[in-house]
Amino acid sequence: MSIFVDETTRVVYQGLTGSAGRFYGLRNREYGTQVVAGTNPKRAGEDVEGIPVFATVGDARTATGANASCIFVPAPGVEGAVMEAAVAGIEFIVVITEGVPAKDEARFFNRLHHEFPMARLLGPNCPGIISPGKCNIGITAGEIATGGGPVGIVSRSGTLTYQALYELTQKGIGQTTCVGIGGDPVPGTNFIDCLEAFQRDPDTKAVMMIGEIGGSEEEKAADFIKHEMTKPVVAYIAGVTAPAGRKMGHAGAIIFGSSGTAGAKMDALRAAGAHVAINPTEAGDLMAQVVALL
Amino acid sequence: MDLFEYQGKQYFARYDIPVSPGGVATTVEEAVAQADAAGYPVVIKAQVQVGGRGKAGGIKLATNAGEVRLHAGNILGMDIRGHVVHKVWVENASDIKKEYYASFTLDRGARKHLAMVSARGGVDIEQVAAQDPDAIVRRHIDPAAGMSHDDALQIVKDAHLDEEAQAGVADILVKLYRCYVEGDADLAEINPLILTPDGRVHALDAKVSLDRNAAFRHPEWSAFEGTESDDPREQMARERGLQYVGLDGNVGIIANGAGLAMSTLDVVNQVGGSPANFLDIGGGASAAVMANALELVNADPKVRAIFINIFGGITRGEEVANGIVTALGRVTISSPIVIRLDGTNAAEGRAILKNHESDRLMSRSTMVEAARAAVALARA
Repeated sequence: MSIFVDETTRVVYQGLTGSAGRFYGLRNREYGTQVVAGTNPKRAGEDVEGIPVFATVGDARTATGANASCIFVPAPGVEGAVMEAAVAGIEFIVVITEGVPAKDEARFFNRLHHEFPMARLLGPNCPGIISPGKCNIGITAGEIATGGGPVGIVSRSGTLTYQALYELTQKGIGQTTCVGIGGDPVPGTNFIDCLEAFQRDPDTKAVMMIGEIGGSEEEKAADFIKHEMTKPVVAYIAGVTAPAGRKMGHAGAIIFGSSGTAGAKMDALRAAGAHVAINPTEAGDLMAQVVALL
Repeated sequence: MDLFEYQGKQYFARYDIPVSPGGVATTVEEAVAQADAAGYPVVIKAQVQVGGRGKAGGIKLATNAGEVRLHAGNILGMDIRGHVVHKVWVENASDIKKEYYASFTLDRGARKHLAMVSARGGVDIEQVAAQDPDAIVRRHIDPAAGMSHDDALQIVKDAHLDEEAQAGVADILVKLYRCYVEGDADLAEINPLILTPDGRVHALDAKVSLDRNAAFRHPEWSAFEGTESDDPREQMARERGLQYVGLDGNVGIIANGAGLAMSTLDVVNQVGGSPANFLDIGGGASAAVMANALELVNADPKVRAIFINIFGGITRGEEVANGIVTALGRVTISSPIVIRLDGTNAAEGRAILKNHESDRLMSRSTMVEAARAAVALARA
């Protein structure tokens, strides 16, 4: 099993005709993902190496039965693209594009939440999701992943997601699904969404979680781990020694207090029973120990 | 992008948020001219992005041109906790009856906007938050629905602001929310928001931080560019489009991806070293980007060794290695370099680097080993 996507997932690429969309769309297809369609309002009827291009996501869904979308359109067009996918009935929307304004993210996340509660958003500014051997949506290099489980990965950081996959693969430890949730201010899918799904997934036996300094998401995840999870969690928080950012007025201090530092996050995770590593290599080592005891 | 107070006040004015009449000055004579225009008495305020400027003597009252000369002369050029004052803001001094607090920011956890209002604004607002959190009203605003005037009035009433100030503050809240949303601010904060003895309310300070991702729809922001940082290394990085933060150590860092770059700082510290910078060159590592990054790190006189930490995902190891070798052919680097290359086709990449290895360029297969080597070189 896997979470959110599997071998039946049929993906439409919004922005397939652009350079990044084309490159990764074809790469994902080569990996084995069912890349069934692309969209471009001006190029309906064309194809990208055999992948049909439609004017709208609605047309693409009607013609191909697409149930997931991967968005590569430039940042100013992301809000429109997300809403178009949701209106068309797409249930899993992955936004790879970086540089989306925070106000747009906040608005389209909440609009989806109210108007299309069945739709799940991943991103923006994320590497995507891979269920090794089944489906790879986004920019993760499929070669560094190994299928079969037992580990699920959720990460806020792009390159550290790859690093985690690679460390596990090097040790011969497989993955069920690896979700890159991205580090933007309003992530469509957050740590808890993924932890919850991994807890339910029978094939996932342990979870690796990679966080970063800033915000309070890791602290909330720690709370969830403590109260809702029975599966072991290995965590790494990047930025233990990162310089404190310039303080944003008083508002940041009033909301967050002392939370947000790597130290506070690591303490919260330790207190929740997670195995906390101080660098990615140690995270791999800790996971190997956890897996050996399963 | 954090704005200075004077820029924040100019930004507020675009959204009709009332501020005191005043202007910015870079010389004593300009300060006098601004004071004459604003009307005496005036307040002269150092423009620095650091707290505690009042206590440092960076805010002074002046009742005539002679006093403006004296105070502006003292404040301009003053060093406030490492920030040199290049500009002062001169504004008509306000009579203050009450000081309130108002702000909008994003609550990431709730994925909604957050309004905060307090009847106990002023310099001690963080203390108020810590000791008497109920004195600050926090209200989530659904970004899909927005905030109405009635919502604003309810927040103001719940914060127990003085009756005579309520309508005016609600009006300002509506405008501040517009400034925050339409103005694409990550933070729009007024502290203090004052009530004058004659019953008017207006912003006495302005803290605005803009969301760089929205710059494409704000041509007016170009006026704010290039005024934020005194660090010449950071200026140079901005010109090259690199994500760079200057630090105090002697190990220059180049990594791909913000997470890996942060992780690299962690590991360098864990093995007893001290990073000179944070530098994320983004995905991949083309020769042009790598050359730019190396030049930037090399320009820092404190750097004694450079640690290049690259994880090849989509970009294959041999491409990364060729990029590094080409970059090294283009620029002369004064410090020894340690490279850790991992990920897709890392072995092929390392084989290419092997042909170029010397005591100035070495390769290590793990992050920790590479960090140890770089730290040892920085000490030598």
